Amino acid sequence: MILIVAEHTNGKLSKSTLEMVSAARSAGREGPITVLVLGQGVAAIANEAAQVADQVLVADHAALAQYNAELWAAATTQIAQEGEAHTILIGGSRSGREYAPRVAVKLDAPYLEDAISLQAQGAALRAQRYTYLARVTETVEAEGAVVVVSVKPGSFPAAEATGAAGEQYDVDLDLPAARVQVTGKTVEKTSRVPLGEADVVVTGGRGVGSPENFSSLVEGLADAIGAGVGATRAVVDAGWRPYAEQVGQTGKTVQPKAYIAVGVSGAVQHLSGMGKSKYIVAINKDAEAPIFKVADYGIVGDVNVIVPALIEAARK
Amino acid sequence: MKILTLVRQVPDAEARVRVQGTTVDLEGTTLVMDGMDEYGVEEALRLRENGANVEEIVALAVGPKRVEDALRTALAMGADRAIHVETDTPLDPIALSQVVAQVAQTEGAQLILVGGQEADWDSQALGAATAERLGWPQLTWTNELNVDGDTLTGRHDVDEGNESFQATLPAVVTTQQGLNEPRYPTLPNIMKAKKKELRKDDLGQYGATPKVRVVSAEIQTRARLNKVIDGKDPQAAAQELLGLLRNEAKVIA
Ligand SMILES: Cc1cc2nc3c(=O)[nH]c(=O)nc-3n(C[C@H](O)[C@H](O)[C@H](O)COP(=O)(O)OP(=O)(O)OC[C@H]3O[C@@H](n4cnc5c(N)ncnc54)[C@H](O)[C@@H]3O)c2cc1C
Repeated sequence: MILIVAEHTNGKLSKSTLEMVSAARSAGREGPITVLVLGQGVAAIANEAAQVADQVLVADHAALAQYNAELWAAATTQIAQEGEAHTILIGGSRSGREYAPRVAVKLDAPYLEDAISLQAQGAALRAQRYTYLARVTETVEAEGAVVVVSVKPGSFPAAEATGAAGEQYDVDLDLPAARVQVTGKTVEKTSRVPLGEADVVVTGGRGVGSPENFSSLVEGLADAIGAGVGATRAVVDAGWRPYAEQVGQTGKTVQPKAYIAVGVSGAVQHLSGMGKSKYIVAINKDAEAPIFKVADYGIVGDVNVIVPALIEAARK
Repeated sequence: MKILTLVRQVPDAEARVRVQGTTVDLEGTTLVMDGMDEYGVEEALRLRENGANVEEIVALAVGPKRVEDALRTALAMGADRAIHVETDTPLDPIALSQVVAQVAQTEGAQLILVGGQEADWDSQALGAATAERLGWPQLTWTNELNVDGDTLTGRHDVDEGNESFQATLPAVVTTQQGLNEPRYPTLPNIMKAKKKELRKDDLGQYGATPKVRVVSAEIQTRARLNKVIDGKDPQAAAQELLGLLRNEAKVIA
């Protein structure tokens, strides 16, 4: 069977789970598409999953109320072994990419990480992935009785409900004790469209000049056109903006329809997080700034005059 | 406590990457220690400087002869000695973790520091795979770390924000920006580093073989429109840009 470990937040199945169902279908491997739901109080999530999968395995367990790498790895491995899964798909979120390698080691299986495409090639499974700060696309391949894959969010279409609900089964798990204690948690919320889901993202860089300018220019423009807000590392390091807004190698990866970079130089580490955006727009006073090399549209000028003009024009 | 800090060598971020045949060709490319691993070396040094009981800091690298340079950098930053497992075979992170875990065991390391994401394979797997092989817990994307006796506390990024954590050594910690500001090796320290031990091991003794094959590689180029508007007349430039976004790209209403 093909085993997909569901990703879910706030009692809802995440889009990434639906994307993994499409990934599983596109791989063209045999066996039922099985979704494993780990968590506590997950009946509604399991019902959602049943709309797209052949079968759903539900592990509703107090110990699974909070994500924990070691527990998730143990649970996934146990179910994979009992169900004789040959392909295991895990979300390419921060947490998914944290426990997937543990599953691969436990199963002595190869691991295809952060796949953007998936295809069976005889006995092998082939995937594409981005490497070298997303400047290269590599095609990689692995053989084995079991292969573990993490799937990059946003790379596959979300699967649509099939109309026939898959069977649901409760599963029992032998879980280890959690060894990492969480002693506090900060959830970074934004009132705007979440960065990862926004169709348009306006990102401010150091060229914006100050935290006050960031609010009036970057947030101002984002609000005028209904966009999400991003920031460069320089801005986050300076304490102007929260880390949750950082786009790039060590921040978030985004792939919106339009990415508007305001006062951003376009360093490779930044490009690696937004370079796949459909349209890239740059506003920078330096015509030689690297961001213009990857831009579809750009204005050479001072953000302090260009952005207010844009906000005014957009509001009309 | 003995700290093992893992060092990888990657192309300098500003260097151009080239593809030759089916793989990325690093011939003639400027190579540096992966920035993410630099945070790990720096953190090991800071733990010691801030009074944690650090017996020894050992830098480990696996790769071809040239990887020595990255180890020398770690030694010049202040690591006590280095181990180089020399091989020309590229190993995927799951295979590589086999080597790291064995070295950790024979060295009796209690804390392993490794970069959160590799700048060549864009992988986040090495820390977790190593932790699993050793049966240790792991803390990934760590941006604050304290060690008091056997207790590890700190903060790290998770899916929806960040968490404070507590765990007991031994453990694997993956490092990232915000954790510290890596120091530059000074000339006297570079000179001193030349005298520090750099042991050579053969990959053969670790029995690690790649599990993933690279079939092909392509440089990502996407033709961009490169329509650049002069901003001398801000109002006109703004109108023109919005027009393009609305009518040509059709990305805003
Ligand atoms: C390991 C590692 C990981 C990293 N990860 C990330 C990451 O995740 N995300 C990230 O963004 N960076 C990351 N970086 C940092 C990256 O290398 C750059 O330093 C950073 O992206 C620069 O941010 P910036 O463009 O805002 O600032 P700068 O490079 O300072 O650029 C500012 C730009 O604004 C322009 N400007 C100035 N004033 C004006 C004005 N009045 N009007 C118009 N334009 C103006 C300038 O011409 C310049 O191009 C990482 C670096 C390392 C080593």
